[in-house]
Amino acid sequence: SLKRNIMAAGGKDGPKSPSRPRAGPGPLARSWLVLYNIVLTAGWIAVTYVSLLHVMNNSTPPTVYSGIYDSAEVVLKVFQSLAVLEIVHAALGIVPSNVLLTSFQVFSRVFLVWGVLHPFKEAQTNLGVSLCLGAWSITEIIRYSFYTFALLNMKPYVLQWCRYTFFIVLYPIGVTGELLAIYCALAPAAEQKPFTLELPNPYNYSFYYHYFLVVIMLSYIPIFPQLFFHMIHQRRKIIGGGAKEAKKE
Amino acid sequence: VQGCQSDDHRITSRMEIEILHARTGKQLICLDHVDNYSTVLDLKKWIHKEFPKYHPVRQSLRLEPKGRSLSDEETVHSLELKPSGRKLYLRDLGPQIGWRTVFLVEYSGPIAAYMLFYLRPAFIYGVTKAKMEPVVHIACACWMFHYVKRLLETLFVHRFSHGTMPIRNLFKNCSYYWGFAAFVAYYINHPLYTRPMYDHLLEYPALAGFVINELGNLSIHLALMDLRPPGTKKRSIPYPTGNPFTALFSLVSCPNYTYEVGSWICFTIMTQCFPALLFTVAGFYQMAVWAAGKHRNYLREFSNYPKSRKPIVPFLF
Repeated sequence: SLKRNIMAAGGKDGPKSPSRPRAGPGPLARSWLVLYNIVLTAGWIAVTYVSLLHVMNNSTPPTVYSGIYDSAEVVLKVFQSLAVLEIVHAALGIVPSNVLLTSFQVFSRVFLVWGVLHPFKEAQTNLGVSLCLGAWSITEIIRYSFYTFALLNMKPYVLQWCRYTFFIVLYPIGVTGELLAIYCALAPAAEQKPFTLELPNPYNYSFYYHYFLVVIMLSYIPIFPQLFFHMIHQRRKIIGGGAKEAKKE
Repeated sequence: VQGCQSDDHRITSRMEIEILHARTGKQLICLDHVDNYSTVLDLKKWIHKEFPKYHPVRQSLRLEPKGRSLSDEETVHSLELKPSGRKLYLRDLGPQIGWRTVFLVEYSGPIAAYMLFYLRPAFIYGVTKAKMEPVVHIACACWMFHYVKRLLETLFVHRFSHGTMPIRNLFKNCSYYWGFAAFVAYYINHPLYTRPMYDHLLEYPALAGFVINELGNLSIHLALMDLRPPGTKKRSIPYPTGNPFTALFSLVSCPNYTYEVGSWICFTIMTQCFPALLFTVAGFYQMAVWAAGKHRNYLREFSNYPKSRKPIVPFLF
């Protein structure tokens, strides 16, 4: 998906915080991280499983895509929300990722699940959900399994290659899905006014959720190209000429 | 051909200095007829003559490609370049704009923006006959006072150590100031603005606090102005003067920022407007970062710098 992949692309283990010395996680932290990454790999495999199961049992449109959220809802919510722990990992320094960037990426995903899909039935039944789930699942399975191996001091080149190649297709698909879902949430948001504060009130402030959603959609315009081309650049750096070196490992 | 390096500086020897591009390492120009008394600024002017695009203010000359920027006043002699390799690296800082210009543009925006919303134009608020609470008028006066004061200080008080900044900063800074001005002004001047709880209980004390903090901020700026002789870039440790507001110097390195945050806290309490609170928090965060930097510079530059001082918040941080 959109912002998630910059973490995948940032380097061997994610965008690094330049000032932090590479102490590496201690044995307890390492065991925790291995457990975490295994659980999340399994979680996203589960998301893929329930989605595929749904598709096989309901192969006619529109149910084939409109019912996917219903089937995957619980697993999706559990495992996407668990990603919040990654912010903690970055803050504690047990992974070399940048806290701010990680927060941004995690929040954008969590926002989509809880702020766009969860409240609005119109977004849940849209084709966009399938595109998102498809793109996110594949990306996350590759990413978390790669981290698991990396923590065990194995770095299978195959997985690394997948990480830095699949995004070319998955990124645009994921973004399309996200934008479709948000777009479908606009009309109900304008009508129902969730998370909205209107004047007059003692804080002398107003917040209209549906305008907020519009702003979010517009923000994809500057942000997506930047992240995408950053990924391309990273790919060239890590895979481009490095095929021989990586194979040696 | 190198002249001989003599300790007797009455014999100034002509030498050559290579100027290399910091990013590519390629030679840009070889300056000949340089002597020990030439300053870095002289070198920059010669480079500018060859390359009209590289105005001296956008040049950063260093001893190493990623090294510290050499100051204009340093002489070639003080650089202690070895005869075997007299080279300097040039980094292009990009188009520059004067600090004074930036400040004037930055601060005019908030004045114009707030005034626009204060007039309650129909194209923003619709036609309305709602009365304006007294505190809305007072808030406008405070806001105007604050930014007019800033404009006057830029023109008559501040002495800048750097002449210029990169032009992209202008867009960044203006977005911040103008954006927040519109954000705050829109809500305070809104027909549906709600007067603070407990009416006068907080309004007038907050106003008094605002005025005190503004005077404090002004006192600090004047004290700093007196500390630096005109036309110089001299830095010295500030101490409390006769003005009681300057007593804060004994507790913090940047009392001007402390007072500024104080002003905005009072403004927020007075108007009870959440956007004003956000503006205060954003300003505090930025000023805390600047204060930490200035505090570090003071400690580095002066070994006798008072240890009890904090950057921006007395006793805490």
